[in-house]
Amino acid sequence: MRLGESPLGRRVFKVWLRDLIVWSKYWHGSLVGSLGEPVLYFLGIGYGLGSFIPAIEGIPYIQYLAPALIASSVMNSASFETTFSSFTRMEIQKTYQSIAATPVSMEEVIAGEILWAATKACLTGTVMFIAVAFLGFIHSPWAFAAIPVVMMTALLFASIGMTVTSYAPDYDFFTYYFTLFLEPMFLFSGTFFPLSSMPPLLQTFAWFLPLTPSVYVVRSLFQGHVGFHLLGPLLGTIVLTLFFFFFAIRRMVKRLVV
Amino acid sequence: MNPVIISASQIVKKFNGLTAAVDGVSFSIEKGKCFGFLGPNGAGKTTLMRMIYCFSPRSSGTMTVFGRDPLREPRSIKQRIGVAPQEDSLDPDLTVIQNLEMYARYFDIPKTVVQQRAERLLDFFQLKEKVRSKIDKLSGGMKRRLIIARALINEPELLVLDEPTTGLDPQARHAIWAKLEELKSQGVTLVLTTHYMEEAARLCDELVIMDLGKIIEKGSPAELVERHQVKNLEEVFLKLTGKDLRE
Repeated sequence: MRLGESPLGRRVFKVWLRDLIVWSKYWHGSLVGSLGEPVLYFLGIGYGLGSFIPAIEGIPYIQYLAPALIASSVMNSASFETTFSSFTRMEIQKTYQSIAATPVSMEEVIAGEILWAATKACLTGTVMFIAVAFLGFIHSPWAFAAIPVVMMTALLFASIGMTVTSYAPDYDFFTYYFTLFLEPMFLFSGTFFPLSSMPPLLQTFAWFLPLTPSVYVVRSLFQGHVGFHLLGPLLGTIVLTLFFFFFAIRRMVKRLVV
Repeated sequence: MNPVIISASQIVKKFNGLTAAVDGVSFSIEKGKCFGFLGPNGAGKTTLMRMIYCFSPRSSGTMTVFGRDPLREPRSIKQRIGVAPQEDSLDPDLTVIQNLEMYARYFDIPKTVVQQRAERLLDFFQLKEKVRSKIDKLSGGMKRRLIIARALINEPELLVLDEPTTGLDPQARHAIWAKLEELKSQGVTLVLTTHYMEEAARLCDELVIMDLGKIIEKGSPAELVERHQVKNLEEVFLKLTGKDLRE
C-alpha cells in the first residue's frame, strides 16, 4: 500500500545505470553468450540446411531466416536477464532489498531491471542487425524501421521474464519456462518456416504466441512489405508489452514488499 | 528530554492476514540515543526495523519517523536514514569503493562529496587498504564494517542496524562496537536489534525485550537488572523469555 509519493520516477535510471556499470565489466563474455546461439543458427541452419531449401515467399532461405533470428535472439537475451540474472540479484545477492532501503522505490528497482534487460537485448539485436547488413541481406530502407520493433520485443520479453520471476520459487522454474514456453515459441512463431505450412488450428494458436507478431513485422519490414497488415500485430505487441511491464512490477512488489 | 525521532503506537503486522508477527507494539525513540530491540528469533524485531526504514507496510497502528508517516513519505524518510541489514547485501559485482559510490548515487549525492565521504568512511572503518578489492575477498568482519560504512554514505541522522555483529568473532565485534559508540558520540541516533546481551548492555541507553510480537519489558540495561534483581541482562532476558529453544 503506497499512499503518498509516486512510486515510479526518475530513479529508475539509477538502477538501470547500476546494471550498465556491472555489465561494462563483463561485456565481452556477456555478448559472446547472447550472440553465440543466434549466430550458430544463422550459419548452421541458414547457410547449411538453407542451401537445400528452395526460396520461401520468393526470397532465399537465409534471407528469410535472418530478420526472425534478430527478433528471437532479442527474446532470448531479454528473457535470460530478467529470469536467471534478476533472480540471482533478488534472492542471492539481495541487491533489490538493499537498493529499496534508499530513496529508490521497489517499483523503480524492478522497472530499472526490466529496462536494463531490454537495453542489453537490444545490444545483441544491434550487433546482429549490423552483421546481417554487412552480409548484404538488407534490401529495403524499411529494415531500419524494424529497430524500434525489435526494441519493443526486447521490452516485452524482459517484462514477461520478470513476471515469471515473480512466481519463481527457485532456478528450476526457469528451466520449465525456457523449455516449455520459449523454445517452442522459438520454433513455431514463424521463425524457421512460414506459419502457413502448419495446420490451420496451429496457425491460429501461433498468432497468440508473443513472438509471432514481432517476427512477422520485422520480416515484413526487412522485405519492404509495408501496409495496414502490420497494424494489428504492432498494436498487439505494444498492448502486450505495456500490460506485462506494469504487471511484472506489481507482481514483484507484491512478492518482495511484505 | 531530546526530541522524539520515531514514535510508534499499537503497531501490528500480519503476514497474509494470519498470526501477527508484530502484535500491538508501542515505543518512542529519542534523538541521539541508542535504542535496542532484544528478543529471541521470530520475536518480530526485523519486521519492526523494516517498517521503520519504510520497507514493509504495517497492517495497523500509527508510526512516524522524523514526524512523517513511512507509508506516505517513504522517500524523504529514507533520504535521512542509514540501513545496515542483517544479511550480506553488498554488491558482489562491484569493488569496495564502487559499492559506496553506487549507493551514494541512489541518494543523489554529488560525486565530489562522495569521494571525500567514501575516503573518510573507509578510513574510519579501517578498510582503506581494501578500496579496490572485490567483495568476496573481504572477511566477515570487513563486510560488516563495509555494510555500516555504506549505510553512512548519506550522513544519516538515524542508523538502523539489524543484528550488526551476528556471526563475528569477538575482535571484530568489539571493533564494531567501538565504531558505533563513536558514531553515537557524534550525535547519530542508533536503533539496533541484537540477541547479544553484552552488545545491548554496552551500547543501548534504552531497550525493549520482545517475544512473540509483543514488548514484554522496557528500560535501560541497568534498570532492568535492578528491577529483576539478577546479575546481568542475559539473566533478565532468560527470565522473561524462558529457556526453551525457539527454532
